[in-house]
Amino acid sequence: MIKPKKTLRQRNIKDRFMVSLLVLSTIIVMTPLLIIIAYVVINGVSALNWDFFTQELGSPARAMQGKPTGLIHTMIGTAVVDFLALIIAIPVGVGAGIMLSEYPDNKLNPLLRIINDTLNGMPAILKGLLAFALIVKPMGTFSGLSGGFALAFVMIPIIARSTESALMSIPWSIREAGLAIGLPRWRVVLSTVMPAARTGLVTGFLIAFARAVGEAAPLMFTSFGNNYLPNRWIGMLLGPVDTLPQRLYSLAISPYKEWHAMGWAAGIVLLFFVMALFIMARLLTRKKVYY
Amino acid sequence: MYVNSIFKKKKLSENVTSQEQSMTMKEKALYGSSKIRMEAKNLYVKYGTTIGVNNVSVPLYNEKVTALIGPSGCGKTTFLRALNRMHDLSRTATVTGEVLLDGLNIYDPKVNPVNIRRKIGMVFQKPTPFPTMSIFDNVVAGLKLVGIKDKKFLREVCEKSLVQAALFDEVKDRLNSPGGSLSGGQQQRLSIARALAIEPEVILMDEPTSSLDPKSTAKIEDLMVELKNKYSIVIVTHNLAQAGRISDYSIFMYLGELIEYGKTKKMFQNPKDKRTEEYLTGKFG
Repeated sequence: MIKPKKTLRQRNIKDRFMVSLLVLSTIIVMTPLLIIIAYVVINGVSALNWDFFTQELGSPARAMQGKPTGLIHTMIGTAVVDFLALIIAIPVGVGAGIMLSEYPDNKLNPLLRIINDTLNGMPAILKGLLAFALIVKPMGTFSGLSGGFALAFVMIPIIARSTESALMSIPWSIREAGLAIGLPRWRVVLSTVMPAARTGLVTGFLIAFARAVGEAAPLMFTSFGNNYLPNRWIGMLLGPVDTLPQRLYSLAISPYKEWHAMGWAAGIVLLFFVMALFIMARLLTRKKVYY
Repeated sequence: MYVNSIFKKKKLSENVTSQEQSMTMKEKALYGSSKIRMEAKNLYVKYGTTIGVNNVSVPLYNEKVTALIGPSGCGKTTFLRALNRMHDLSRTATVTGEVLLDGLNIYDPKVNPVNIRRKIGMVFQKPTPFPTMSIFDNVVAGLKLVGIKDKKFLREVCEKSLVQAALFDEVKDRLNSPGGSLSGGQQQRLSIARALAIEPEVILMDEPTSSLDPKSTAKIEDLMVELKNKYSIVIVTHNLAQAGRISDYSIFMYLGELIEYGKTKKMFQNPKDKRTEEYLTGKFG
């Protein structure tokens, strides 16, 4: 046997040292998250009550006089605007992802990749500006529709990237097998590659959704905010709508301490909703497809 | 036949007779008088600047098994994949020269590779069942996914193809279980059944038995001998005994070039080229 330079004891010490470094960095990553969660919960939990989930916000006077007030309109608005964004973003993002993964021979591909990465790194407020110019200006009013588009611009590059990597994870041989039985390329992608990659695809949608749910900036001058629930459902799309991150911001900068507490509570709702989404995405990826 | 009638838009089989006439007497004496189904003419395949297949010209006969033999990396698979335009998807590979199917160049810009691949089926080295599909759906994928919905017809084709691939008895009670649930040998026969279901005219096989046990190998070899009554088969194999058992013609390739081509029996007993002899006797490769 060739003896190692160092004794087993020395090597064990080094091993333990390295592992403890890893544990330390994990703790450093976890700490801010735990502090934020704890801080938000401690400050906001007092404002969480039945009214919070059933009433509209109304004027500041309501809160100051102790009348029932809540953020039901904000939660509904968030759901409408974000699902609208998802509906817009999925076809476009998936299309771009398919292009990136399945048609690497296309000449437009390098350009698409650069544009997609740029869009991904662009500050979200610029996407809000784009939606403002494209929809709010022509319509002449802030609207849930424009908010949906602004958030779709946030989601699209994320979905494109996640779709690309989900499709790339499927062995190339599956595609060749499809082509070898005389299927056109689009059919191979649609009927053999995409079903095999479905968990990865859905996970990507969830991650993009979770990311967009927390965005306040693109909604500031698109869906704008509203203290009340619109009278008719269509008002959600054609008029100003409240959303959680933007409401959180306006509650926080308001001069009323009752509203501050509600802001913290809105933070709790948002935080746990996003966490639930990420946990769902995590659970989905855990399921494996065998080839 | 039903299947082929759907894809008759581009008829390729008009030049058969002229092709046959173009055979010289010498060639007839050498290779027999079978019809030429496919023919490679001055075929080159390049990966960037590396040459994978170097100026190969060879006929492939109807209702015969042609074996491609040669040491690893000699371009057998590259050549095989050029026969049904599988290199189209690769960014690096470029194909020049001609591959004729019944006299028509499949690399003609007017020819749609999708139609070509319905006539020239392919079985790969590793079994490739579609992971999310049942056994039944796997077999009829080539029909179902192009819009053939007649359930009775699909069931008939499925059964016929599975019987041909010697798999039917083993899976007839569980056609709805996933294709991936079969054993490796069964998956390979499933891949063969899937290739047969679209009734191609030529079947290309890339080392179809390299990952199989002797029993499954024997089944697939029997299958090939049976299939050649109807199809032309081209098979890449590392197993010389296998080439000897099942093939009528053999092509020996070395470093991307075609070294020797002829009837398997003649070539195995009396190779003309020294390199062929050395390979066949196990001195290299």
